[in-house]
Amino acid sequence: MITPSAPRRHARLLTALLGVSLLLTPDIPAKAAAVEPLPTTEIAPGVHVHQGSHHAWAAHDGEDVANIGFIVGARCVAVIDTGGSPAIGQRLKAAIERVTALPVCYVINTHMHPDHVLGNVALGAGSPGPAYVAHVRLGPSLSARAPYYLEAFRREGGQALAPDAVVYPTQTVADRASLDLGGRQLELRAWPTAHTDNDLTVFDQQTGTLFTGDLLFMGHLPVIDGQLRGWLRVVGELKALDVARAVPGHGTVSDDLRQAIGPEETYLTTVLREVRAAIKAGVPIARTLDQLSATGIAGWQLADEFHRRNLTAAYAELEWED
Amino acid sequence: MNPKRRMLISLPLLLAAGRMVHAQQAGATDPALDIDANPMWLQFRDSLFAGRPITTPADDVLRLEAPARAEDAAIVPIALRAQFPQSDSRYIRRIYLIIDNNPSPMGAVFDFTPASGRAEIETRVRVDAYTHMRAIAEMNDGKLFMSTRFVKASGGCSAPPGKDPQAALATLGRMRLRVEGEPVLNRPSLAQLMMSHPNHSGLAMDQLTRNYTPAHYVRLVRISYAGEPVLTAEVDFTISENPNFRFYFVPKGRGELKAEVLDSQSRRFEATLPVQPVSNPA
Repeated sequence: MITPSAPRRHARLLTALLGVSLLLTPDIPAKAAAVEPLPTTEIAPGVHVHQGSHHAWAAHDGEDVANIGFIVGARCVAVIDTGGSPAIGQRLKAAIERVTALPVCYVINTHMHPDHVLGNVALGAGSPGPAYVAHVRLGPSLSARAPYYLEAFRREGGQALAPDAVVYPTQTVADRASLDLGGRQLELRAWPTAHTDNDLTVFDQQTGTLFTGDLLFMGHLPVIDGQLRGWLRVVGELKALDVARAVPGHGTVSDDLRQAIGPEETYLTTVLREVRAAIKAGVPIARTLDQLSATGIAGWQLADEFHRRNLTAAYAELEWED
Repeated sequence: MNPKRRMLISLPLLLAAGRMVHAQQAGATDPALDIDANPMWLQFRDSLFAGRPITTPADDVLRLEAPARAEDAAIVPIALRAQFPQSDSRYIRRIYLIIDNNPSPMGAVFDFTPASGRAEIETRVRVDAYTHMRAIAEMNDGKLFMSTRFVKASGGCSAPPGKDPQAALATLGRMRLRVEGEPVLNRPSLAQLMMSHPNHSGLAMDQLTRNYTPAHYVRLVRISYAGEPVLTAEVDFTISENPNFRFYFVPKGRGELKAEVLDSQSRRFEATLPVQPVSNPA
């Protein structure tokens, strides 16, 4: 459990009292807002990562759950995911400013989930502002879900965020793209439906670092919000990549992607096999959830939050097989 | 389709759509969460049942099965189960499914006949918010019974829209109709209808184009056996993407199980299955 620091709590209280949300002033200077920078680690030259905690996304303790990265080139900075609230985005901005005075030129989102995109709004300052880069299907998917995300955030006791707190891509990737940070190339790859229908990976050529987004979960139970069979195919492709290290969407940085992805592959394969068997045996969906409620979850965190959901999604997908 | 009933469904829908996001603003005292005072419910109660008594709880007549929490907001498995078999003298002729705080609260109306064998339905629905869910059975003598469940919305990043709309659209219209196990003459037999359809609500705006994805959903399912109606379901996007229904029918001899589906863009789909019931249970 992460306890919010005193200044952060103070800032939240102030925000609540004044009824003014941080997102209304995304370009407020870090110093004036007394924003505490997110702790980050330089995992390779110029590659900085903040590791989120293993919680389900929600207001307060669930805002800082996804991993966030930024990469510094000679000309500018690329941000990879922005955290689960505008406040986390503010803290990310402060963390970047502590490392470099270069501007942020790209804000890349690895997929549409709120714990990865809701900080976008805080990175929008500067002239010209950054390009927001994502999978070509992120926009429609986020658009369809944004009202529910904002409502869930408010329901759990967070700020009432206005619809324009959600910042959409200005540059999309249908297959592959390269971004130049000044002497530093990032290779972006848009994947077929897997964890979601808009997963995107970011590869830093200079250090061989792959940001997988939520195509790779470690410790935090994988969440199926796209297509189980598609995800397993993508896992197979990721295992074949030659990378020096991988930054998962949730969990610790690893210098062995093949090994890091093993537990996820085992879990997804188990869900696939067991749900498929239940469908073959004519077990209806509700009973399948009960029968498999403890199958495959040993060693994973957040299974209570996500395992039955995964079984539900897997069942609805796999019943159309053959 | 009964146009009058369709109007009853669509009027509160318009009122409800604008209020979706703020359904539970005031917490425990919010009328939206009050089983007796939810404004949508009061409106349906007055327009559909106008002063008629409704017996509740009524788990001895009709059971509503739903999870306490919608784990996946897009696919919440539910079941409506009559607690007695359909007979010519006593049967459930209609079940209304109302999900108070969904954008379209009255998401389904199921009509049964004695030939249904059992007034039972299993399906999957979308759940948008913390809500009471109601199943109201209307008996052949006009008496009304209501069973309710409270369902918490899913937390975090789960949301009602489908996961892969492109895939759903690509296979739109694919249908599967099958009988579970061996059908037995004159006994209720369980069958399942699956339909590939995105079931778009039309409520989601594309923020980039400021256009709404057009509403496109299954609105009518008509099941018959050997020409005799078994089940008629008037539904909307409350039903999950790729609508799925499990239901009963009674084969009184060899016949054809037939499912006709109409969607909101007036497309018509049909699936049939020849059935030859065995006379003795194995």
